[in-house]
Amino acid sequence: MTIYILYKVLLASAILVVSLLVAMYSTLIERKVAGFFQDRLGPDRAGPWGMFQPLADGIKLFFKEEFIPNTADKFLYILGPSLTMLVALLTSAAIPWGSDFVIHGKVYPFQVADINIGILYIFAVVSIGVYGIMIGGWASNNKYSLLGAVRASSQMISYELAMSLAIISIVMMTGSLSMKEIVEQQKGIHWNIWYQPLAFLIFLICAFAETNRSPFDLPECETELVGGYHTEYSSMKLGFYLFAEYINMFISGAVMATLFFGGYNFPFIDRIGLSPNALAITGFFILMTKITFFGFVFMWVRWTLPRFRYDQLMRLGWKTLIPLAILNMVVTGVVILLNK
Amino acid sequence: MKMKRISDKSVVVSNKKMSFLEKIYLPAVIGGMITTFGHLFRKKATIRYPEKTRPVSAIYRGRQVLKRDDEGRERCTACGLCAIACPAEAITMVGAERKPGEEMLYREEKYASVYEINMLRCIFCGFCEEACPKEAIFLTGQLVFSDYARGTFIYGKEDLLEPSDPDKRIDVSKRETQEVISFKTKSELKHNKK
Repeated sequence: MTIYILYKVLLASAILVVSLLVAMYSTLIERKVAGFFQDRLGPDRAGPWGMFQPLADGIKLFFKEEFIPNTADKFLYILGPSLTMLVALLTSAAIPWGSDFVIHGKVYPFQVADINIGILYIFAVVSIGVYGIMIGGWASNNKYSLLGAVRASSQMISYELAMSLAIISIVMMTGSLSMKEIVEQQKGIHWNIWYQPLAFLIFLICAFAETNRSPFDLPECETELVGGYHTEYSSMKLGFYLFAEYINMFISGAVMATLFFGGYNFPFIDRIGLSPNALAITGFFILMTKITFFGFVFMWVRWTLPRFRYDQLMRLGWKTLIPLAILNMVVTGVVILLNK
Repeated sequence: MKMKRISDKSVVVSNKKMSFLEKIYLPAVIGGMITTFGHLFRKKATIRYPEKTRPVSAIYRGRQVLKRDDEGRERCTACGLCAIACPAEAITMVGAERKPGEEMLYREEKYASVYEINMLRCIFCGFCEEACPKEAIFLTGQLVFSDYARGTFIYGKEDLLEPSDPDKRIDVSKRETQEVISFKTKSELKHNKK
């Protein structure tokens, strides 16, 4: 039992470190990708290919002046970014990172918590994310921050609906809410994307809105709202907000890969005859590759599409995505019923 | 009465109905993404500055150099014409008389003991070069480097004077166009009259 707890603690810390590292380097990759999309080179001064740029950025953020506005609510002001960061890190618990390890005949799942309501857990945690932004924006006592926060909350609530509706069709197909179970049913190449392309499209669009990424980055919309909800933030508190965005990107990439692209599964997974432990490690890297691809798509879209207007955003969410998701759900239901 | 248009170039806006494919925007989005993806492999416009410099033309107007003549003597005679020509009033100088035994250092009997250009004021117009009757000051292809303190931008003689070592001379021969040389040497011209 102690070994089991120790294993879980180790795994949880490893995943924490990995997600922080990934988020750190996503900032560099984002700037590199942005540079390449704009025929530039991106940062390349700190170390080879700018390898130490995230470190330099981090150190800079730590040593910047910590400025808290006089009229801000001190407690909530600090709570905002902390909550955002906490929530961003919490979601990774329910994601299966690879198949089970087998050591001395004992099975160790490569997942922090295989909760039987995995998807629900992730959605529940993600929806708390809006509080971090709302609290931060409100506590700043600045009209731009407040506007950004209001925009963020209404946007996230609207898109969460369509997102969950899109997922329901997946849940109907699998008959389970457990992430592990969903991945296991996509063994080999039986990925959900082949059966649910529309659900994936809706989920992808909603993921952009949920992570406040362009073209749905209205909450921080620098052209209208200065910096949106983090206008008044400086130093590492700002860093937390920015960092959380990248962790969210990482996690939503992981969720997309898990739900639609078979998670750690890859074609001919059973036929290459790897030992369970080797399989778990390979699966992990396969999953990371998929996540990296989604991370790239996030950046790709950001540097391609212009920002939506707020009414367009709301119209897309309520009048297009939600009806589509419901339609998808109904069609899935009918097909399942007919195949019985 | 119908208003007369100022130009006849106005175009009636077409409010044509969008087709279904146009309405869902996805083909357009994917098209845009293909376009941006193509940019990943384009040649980059960036020049990695300190390692690589942009090629500048032979007559680029960068920081000034105080020339020496072929024997390594300073050409400047502290006449002050450059300072008068300077629209930004960036140049100051103090003249001094050449003492016996200094003939190897200064070409003329008078020289500039102090010669300063404030590079924060300088607008690199090149009037000093044009004004100089002794071909002593030239603008070069070099840049003024950035620094942390304002005081460092006042370049004295130690910064401006070219090295006397013949191998380290700064070549300005390309800047002396035929017109410039004849303007500065033709004895018929009034300003060249002795």
